[in-house]
This record gives sequence, C-alpha cells and structure tokens, in this order.
Amino acid sequence: MAIWLNKDSKVIVQGMTGATGMKHTKLMLGDGTNVVGGVNPRKAGQTVDFDGTEVPVFGTVKEAIEKTGANVSVIFVPEKFTKDAVVEAIDAEIPLAVVITEGIAVHDTAASWAYAGKKGNKTRIIGPNCPGIITPGQSNVGIIPGDITKPGRIGLVSKSGTLTYQMMYELRDIGFSTAVGIGGDPIIGTTHIDALAAFEADPDTDLIVMIGEIGGDAEERAAAFIEKNVTKPVVGYVAGFTAPEGKTMGHAGAIVSGSSGTAQAKKEALEAAGVKVGKTPSETARLARAILAG
Amino acid sequence: MDLFEYQARDLFAKHGVPVLAGEVIETPEAAREITERLGGKSVVKAQVKVGGRGKAGGVKLAATPDEAVARATDILGMDIKGHTVHKVMIAETAPEILEEYYVSFLLDRANRTFLSIASVEGGMEIEEVAATRPEAVAKIAIDAIDGVDEAKAREIVEAAKFPAEVADKVAHVLIKLWDTFIKSDALLVEVNPLAKVASGDVIALDGKVSLDDNAEFRHPEYEELHDRAAANPLEAAAKEKGLNYVKLEGEVGIIGNGAGLVMSTLDVVAYAGESHGGVKPANFLDIGGGASAQVMANGLEIILGDPDVRSVFVNVFGGITACDEVANGIVQALKLLEDRGEKVEKPLVVRLDGNNAELGRKILTDANHPLVQRVDTMDGAADKAAELAAAK
Repeated sequence: MAIWLNKDSKVIVQGMTGATGMKHTKLMLGDGTNVVGGVNPRKAGQTVDFDGTEVPVFGTVKEAIEKTGANVSVIFVPEKFTKDAVVEAIDAEIPLAVVITEGIAVHDTAASWAYAGKKGNKTRIIGPNCPGIITPGQSNVGIIPGDITKPGRIGLVSKSGTLTYQMMYELRDIGFSTAVGIGGDPIIGTTHIDALAAFEADPDTDLIVMIGEIGGDAEERAAAFIEKNVTKPVVGYVAGFTAPEGKTMGHAGAIVSGSSGTAQAKKEALEAAGVKVGKTPSETARLARAILAG
Repeated sequence: MDLFEYQARDLFAKHGVPVLAGEVIETPEAAREITERLGGKSVVKAQVKVGGRGKAGGVKLAATPDEAVARATDILGMDIKGHTVHKVMIAETAPEILEEYYVSFLLDRANRTFLSIASVEGGMEIEEVAATRPEAVAKIAIDAIDGVDEAKAREIVEAAKFPAEVADKVAHVLIKLWDTFIKSDALLVEVNPLAKVASGDVIALDGKVSLDDNAEFRHPEYEELHDRAAANPLEAAAKEKGLNYVKLEGEVGIIGNGAGLVMSTLDVVAYAGESHGGVKPANFLDIGGGASAQVMANGLEIILGDPDVRSVFVNVFGGITACDEVANGIVQALKLLEDRGEKVEKPLVVRLDGNNAELGRKILTDANHPLVQRVDTMDGAADKAAELAAAK
C-alpha cells in the first residue's frame, strides 16, 4: 500500500535532460523507479540512454501521459521556469507532481497553488524545495538516497531533506512504508496534515514520525489535527530550538518572528496532542523504537 | 530582505501610494539643504530595522534648518536596541493628523495564499490591536491570481469599517499598495499609520516592506537595497563565496549539509554545551548537498577566521553525496588552507554517517591529521566538540 507512491507508479521527469535531472533520473532508475519518460519541448522525439534503459523524451506533460499512462511527475526545472512547469503538470491533470527545485519565488508558488485550486485540485503537489518521496523497495521519486533504509512500517513526513535521511538511517533496521519530504518553503503543496491523514489511512503504516522546524505554525496545526484525527502513535522532532529571532536558518520558511514559530511552542503543542517529542534525532528514534517494542 | 523606512517610502511613491517627501542622508550637514527645500522645518527619523525608535529618541521634529542639522547629529551613530543608526531620513512634517489607520498585504502561510489586514485603529503595533480588540482587525484572504481590484479593495474597506468619507481614498491606496506588493515580489507591505490629515487626504506616514530574496533574479533593483553596513563581516564574506552562513554568539563552529540537519546540529551542540561550561554554537553554515573540497575549504576558512570559534564540528550525512567524497573534501580543504598559508590551529570533530560512511571514516583515519578527530555519532561528536571548546 504505502502512500501516494508504489511499484505501479509511472513516473515522468520534467527537466530530465538537464544536469540535475540526468543525475537523479539515473539514480531513480537504479532504485527501481518506473521512469517512463522525460519532458523537454526542444528534445521531443529523442530518447536518453541510462545504462541501457532507453527513456523517451516528450514535448509536453500531456503527450507523455497519453503515450505512457504516467501518473507522477517529478520536476527538476530551474527556479525561474518552475511555475510554468507546475502549471503544465496541473493542466495535464497528473495526479502527483513532486517539485524538487529550490529557490523559487514565493509569489510563483502562491500563483501555482491558486491555479491548482481553480482547476479543481486534481494534482497533488509535493514541495517545492523538497527531497521528494520514497516508498522503499517500490519507487523513489526525487533525490532521497534509496539505499539508506529498507521497507518497513514507519511513515515519515519532514520539512527537511537531510533530517529525513538522518531519521531513515537511525531507524533503518525497522524500515519505512513511505517517507515524504514536504519542503521548507513558506508555501508548500502538501502539508504535515495531508501526510498524517494519508498515513493514518494506510494499513501498512504502524507509527508516524513527523519532523518539523522553526517558522510558521504548520506543526501547531498538525498537532490539532493529530488530537482529533490520528489514532496511530506519532513521534515528533522539531529542529531549531537555539535559533535566534529574525535570522533565516537556511530554508526560506525557517525564521522565528516575534513570539511565533519557535521550536519550543511547536514541541509544546505536539506534546499537548499526545505526541512524544525528542530533543535530538537520536532521542526521537529511541522514542519510536520504544513505542514499536510495546 | 527587510527594507528601511526610506526605501519603503521610495517604493510606495514609485507605485503611486501617497507619501510625504523625504530624503535619506548619512552626514548631519546634508539635513540643512533638504530642510530648507521642505520649507524650513522637517522631521529627522532614524533609519533602523527595528520597532520603537520613536520612544528611543530616534524621531525628532526640527523647526529650523539649523535644528535639523543638530537633531541629525544627535541621532546619527545612536544605538537603538542594538542597531547603530547609519542613516537618517529628513522628511516633510506631517499636516495635522485626524485619524490613524492600518493596512497591509502579506503572505498567509497557513492558507497558502495572500492576506490583507486592515484596521481603523492604526498607529500602534497591529499585534497589540489584534490581541486587545480583535474585532477592530479585519483579515481578508486575497487570491494570488485574482489579486486586488476595485471590488476587492471595497470589500476590505467595508470589512474594516473605514468611515464613508475616506472609503474611496483608502480603496485607492489599497489598489496601489497591492501593486507595490505584486510588482516588487514582496512578502509584506505594511502602512502604519495610514493617516487621514486635515485636508481630508490619506497619506502613508510610515511603512514596512519585506522582499523575497528568491525573486531577486527578476529584480535587478534589489541589488542596491542590500544593507551592507549592517552585515556582519563574516556573513558578508560568506555571502561573497555563496555560502549559507549565519553568525551566532557561541564558541563551537558548525559546518553541516542541509538546513534542517544544521539547525538540529546547533541544538545538539547547545545541549552538549550545558555540561561543558555553557559553550554554544558559533554559527549556522549549510554547505549543501554536493559539498566539494573547494566548498568545504571556503566554509572552513570562514569558520576558522571567526575569533570566537574554539573548536569546529563538521556534521555530514552522506545522502547523494557519498561520505568518501566529503572526507576527501575535508582532507583537501585542510591542505588547501595550509597551502594558502592559513594557520589551522583549532581542533575539528568530524562525524560522517550515511552513504559510504565506512570509506569516508577510513580516509580520515588514514590522513591522520593532528587536528581532526572522528566521532561516529551526532550526539557523541557534539559532546566532543563542546568539550574541546570549553577546554581551550
């Protein structure tokens, strides 16, 4: 089962023929992902050879879907052109678009999100500025290293890429149903709440690990959601306890402004909702182990 | 990027939001000529990116050009909540103010769209109004594609219960302010107070603007808005090298890959520091995914150049970039710095995990650099780095 991505997912890559797209398409294929095509209007009709796997290039997302039955698009298009790529994916009504690109202007993300709404939200958007989504042993879409964990029964949702890897590695002996990196930008397509709801409904997930960071109030809203809607155990971690006010910590969205967005406030909100929150990634992993061990 | 008041004023003026005349200066004497041009009197306003400057004595009326020079002399160089005043704005004195309002457009993260906030109770912090009299604050969602047209502006005016006699003028300001927001790729445009003056006009007397750094590619005009005077010299040097670096107050230099992992590293080091004399992280530095030897060398150079740093913690999780490449990067970086004639004397604690960790650790062991210690867990390495910083 897993969430949103499985062995039957047919994946196209917008921006496949660029340097980043080439590198990660090769890695995704190596992890067993069913990459059925790339999109680049200037190279339509060509094929690209990835160690013996021939991947066709299509002119548009729509054409790629018609010819291959693709249902997932992963976007590696440079930040100046990402909005157009996302809009194209929405117009083609692909069920899932995973936007890896970082450094996108917030107004562009806001506009593509508004556009998705006007088109009836037929496309789930993950990202931007995210590492992607992996269902270990089945499919890997984005830039998450495929070999640091194995299939298992933990669901993971995280704002941060490297903390996703860290946590997958800490709990690699138990393994994951699906891990999804939702990105650290101020506006993102898929939220903690969306992932929590999907993991709650997924019979292959027994426990959910949720990683947040300073900025905004997404973790507080997730806490309220958990209290009402999640019956599975949730373990949390929030990065940035020592971050000073007014300094952006790497991610565009990671900034403490005034009294809001602090890690402490997020931790307290999660704990009030019954979530066990670790002070460090390793403590968080220990909490997850303890719960799974009963 | 947050703008100074004078930059916000200029941006408002450019987009047709009504403002008073004002010019920024860096030397007191320049206040004389501007005040003469403004009719002999002016307001001297400290330009700092922090609230409460009026209470701190950073805003003064000047009744004559001489007095403007005297007030500018007082205010330039003043410290307001840790911000040194390098610039003052010499502004036209406001006509008699009858009422003060508040209007803004900003990002609404929770609803993944934009938001307008408006209130007829302006002049003070809007958070304060929202806390004490929430019914006086109107919040209206703005669709990122539809934006603010005449009808939307009217909706905001009605929701905030602006008096009928200023409704047209406030609606006009809202449309121009939205223009400023969209055309500048702003994250926040705020006018507080928006004043109704004796003539019946509505004027933006003070404002805040925050711009989206990610949009700089389509805004060459951002370049000259950067506040170089305020940047910490280490932060400025890091920016030159394209590094994502923030200077902090502690003693343990931090290098890591990925924003989340580095934030987490700061926390773990601060916790470890509690058992080692209270040492804290000295900086945030994210060298990103594909950390080459060159990037590692640039990062190390910045951190070793920080006189506060007593030990360095390199915390890398090998994802796509394998740990052997990272280990080679560290070894080459140290050699590169030594070849450049830089003296490396501070101890480095390195933790490598993830992809090809074993190989990476072996490379460090074989290199046997006298200053480099390997600790294989994040918590253990943080503890060692804190201990070394406390011992020095």
